[in-house]
Amino acid sequence: MTVVDNVERGAPNARPARTKLSWAWLGVMPFFVFAFAFLLYPSSTIVVGSFRDARTHAFTFKNVLALLSTPYLINAYWLSIKISLITALGGGLFGFLLAYSAIRGGLPRFMRSSLMTFCGVASNFAGVPLAFAFIALLSPSGELTHLLISLGFNPYYHGFTLYTFWGLSLVYMYFQFPLMVLIIAPAIDGLRREWLEAAENLGASSLQYWRYVALPILLPAMLGTMILLFGNAFGAYATAFALTGGQVNLVTIVIGAELTGDVLGDAGLGYALALGMVVVMALAIAGYTLLLRRTERWLR
Amino acid sequence: MRRGGQVWAWFWMILGILYFFLPLLATFLFSLRAKLGVLSFQAYEDVFTDPDFIYNFGYSVFWGVLTIIVGILLFVPTAYLIRLRLPQFRSSVEFITLLPFVIPAIVFVFGLVRTFSQPPFLIVDSPALLVAAYTVLAMPYMYRAVDTGLRSIDVRTLTEAAQSLGAGWGTILFRVILPNIRVAILSGAFLSFAIVIGELILAQYLVKPAFAPYLAYLIQQKAYEPAAMAVISFALTWAFLGIIQFVGRGGAQAQIGGGR
Repeated sequence: MTVVDNVERGAPNARPARTKLSWAWLGVMPFFVFAFAFLLYPSSTIVVGSFRDARTHAFTFKNVLALLSTPYLINAYWLSIKISLITALGGGLFGFLLAYSAIRGGLPRFMRSSLMTFCGVASNFAGVPLAFAFIALLSPSGELTHLLISLGFNPYYHGFTLYTFWGLSLVYMYFQFPLMVLIIAPAIDGLRREWLEAAENLGASSLQYWRYVALPILLPAMLGTMILLFGNAFGAYATAFALTGGQVNLVTIVIGAELTGDVLGDAGLGYALALGMVVVMALAIAGYTLLLRRTERWLR
Repeated sequence: MRRGGQVWAWFWMILGILYFFLPLLATFLFSLRAKLGVLSFQAYEDVFTDPDFIYNFGYSVFWGVLTIIVGILLFVPTAYLIRLRLPQFRSSVEFITLLPFVIPAIVFVFGLVRTFSQPPFLIVDSPALLVAAYTVLAMPYMYRAVDTGLRSIDVRTLTEAAQSLGAGWGTILFRVILPNIRVAILSGAFLSFAIVIGELILAQYLVKPAFAPYLAYLIQQKAYEPAAMAVISFALTWAFLGIIQFVGRGGAQAQIGGGR
């Protein structure tokens, strides 16, 4: 890789660089102009708007402080964080167990490739159609609900609803666990059989193998992916909106409502709300990158 | 240990299979129940004769095609030049193309609407803004697909060969580079298309006709037609991903054969 890089870097010196460079500059300008106009500038207005008084345009911490002292918005963040945590942990654990079963569980070989294909599809399958699929399955008139009722068990008499916390978590898991499977599979592949054999030869129990060999290697990747899953659920909007018709107090839904109806009554507060999301997402992506890099040492 | 492990492995796999397929099965069953007492394809007939569905879905296809064209025109020359002439910009371009992962779509559209609904940039009603926004959302996939495609060919040699035969930049880009990375572009294009078809937020808040907002609206109004639409949308997702895999594989073989 480095050799190729050097060759690539070395070659341009051989030709007159100046005129070529200006053409190259011109060629990438549309991209940078596009990115600035439609991504960087609109995103930067969120940062600016968060620290600016909506009327006077003066610099202020008022918006951020107001965000932190409005119980309704704190609750929105709290619900978003709770649902993201639960589905990241649940989806992460389930995804790991699935991936480990398919790769090291002694199942037929075709199980692994079909699991990967299904996960590729399922991780791309979120939003409105997913919400409807669970309505068809588990709403009060859903297929599984009918089946359970005919068996004498109505989940809606036992505190279950599809449209609140646990129902929403169940739906979110559908696009969470496939991502875990796809990302953790290479890490499980990297667990060499020799390590298990060596541990067994040295008299380690299965528990000791997991505690001292497998987990220390897999844990950073697992945690990193769970952090990514957290961000994945935190930024989700369409699934929750389609499932509840916008009747659930998640941060994304509140931002959407603010955009159409100015429900917060203060434009600056909307910016601060959006900025908070970006901060959480940025932390999640950074954590994921850092932890996954730690794992890569073992996977060569 | 092995035997017990295998039982658990089967347990988790079967749970996974149930979790994966039950919602799909329920949706399909639901979509067949439009006529009381019998299973029928009535809901599908209703969907395909529903002028609103055709109108909204047609628009989604239109946005998707435009997004792919804009994406190709924007990202192919950029990725090519970054690779060949301006490697010093590689990390900043990579950072930009990954930003749509960090900024949630709802926050992105919030910024767009607030920026472009006040002077001096009053273009929030323009369809061009919607296409630009779709292009931004598809950018991580499209740009990376193009960049991966460029990595797999020898850009420098191809360029120099074309140059020494007297080709201009347009010829190099569109008759030499583009055909060589068509497989990568195609897979990026299908992913972009799938994203645009499924995207709810942009069309909803920029107030344009599209499939996902219509489906979300219909879920609140009706029972069986949205089920049929959800099934159609699964089928499309599967078809697209299948095409990507098929094309990718066929392309790789063709490239080995063609390269020699």
